[in-house]
Amino acid sequence: MSNVGIVIVSHSPLVAEGTADMVRQMVGDEVPLAWCGGNGHGGLGTSVEAIMGAIDKAWSEAGVAILVDLGGAETNSEMAVEMIGEPRSHKIIVCNAPIVEGAVMAATESSGGASLKEVVATAHELSPS
Amino acid sequence: MAASDFSRLIAAAADTIAAHAEELTALDQAIGDGDHGLNMKRGFEAVRAEIDAFAAKPLPEALKAVGTKLVMTVGGASGPLFGTLFMALGKDLPPEADRAALTAALGKAIEAVAARGKSLPGQKTMLDVLQPVYEALAQGKTGTEIADIADRAADATVPMKALRGRASFLGERSIGHMDAGARSTALLVRAVAGAIEGI
Repeated sequence: MSNVGIVIVSHSPLVAEGTADMVRQMVGDEVPLAWCGGNGHGGLGTSVEAIMGAIDKAWSEAGVAILVDLGGAETNSEMAVEMIGEPRSHKIIVCNAPIVEGAVMAATESSGGASLKEVVATAHELSPS
Repeated sequence: MAASDFSRLIAAAADTIAAHAEELTALDQAIGDGDHGLNMKRGFEAVRAEIDAFAAKPLPEALKAVGTKLVMTVGGASGPLFGTLFMALGKDLPPEADRAALTAALGKAIEAVAARGKSLPGQKTMLDVLQPVYEALAQGKTGTEIADIADRAADATVPMKALRGRASFLGERSIGHMDAGARSTALLVRAVAGAIEGI
């Protein structure tokens, strides 16, 4: 698929899955989508390994936008992008946006065939600068 | 460094984290999300489980392997932060490191941790311990002196206001509590500081 992929990373698997449900309601299967949440040991948190897996699952040659909730999700997502490495890493961007609104807006933008830059800009518009 | 020495240092690090896991969690419960002790313990136990394989590698690769394992197993922001510390040390240390090489590598590693956490010293984080440890190392202090400096630096985070991480959400209310990451950093420094005497 050529549309930009969306990855949702929350400390809570329930938040991540629920956000993904809301995205699917808007865009159906037109956008590659994956989510992950939890520390991999049954607790709240985020896992670099799970994030790397979600990026693989939502991979698109057009790129992947990652939506995160709190600081650790951002730090772990940035680590995951770095570990994936070039050449794919320069097509993956961690968005500075509220996770639910950002994911829905970014996915909607992606479903219209927008570029990674446009998808990320749409999500960023939701954050006060 | 001999493989047996590396194994011993990593085991000492894992021991001290395990012994203080509840204390670290209590510190994190006061001004964070309360998972620091358990997360760090899980990460260092995962490292301990593979320590023989890691120690068989040259020192730079061994440190990178420890860092990568921490990144993959800790499960909170501490994973990338402490993982980056070890990975960056591995990247910049020569296989046979003297004190000058260790000091230079720690300086680079601190920059890498600061970039990973988008943080600077003075913001109530692990950097507030790493920076004075770096300076003490550069000044030629002994291992015991460096360990004491690390403890005092962790204590000095108590009156600081957190500007990064979950504790920053509390603003002024973060004042009066020690930063859990600073405390675990000081514990790790004490666990390995003895090795400074040998180089």
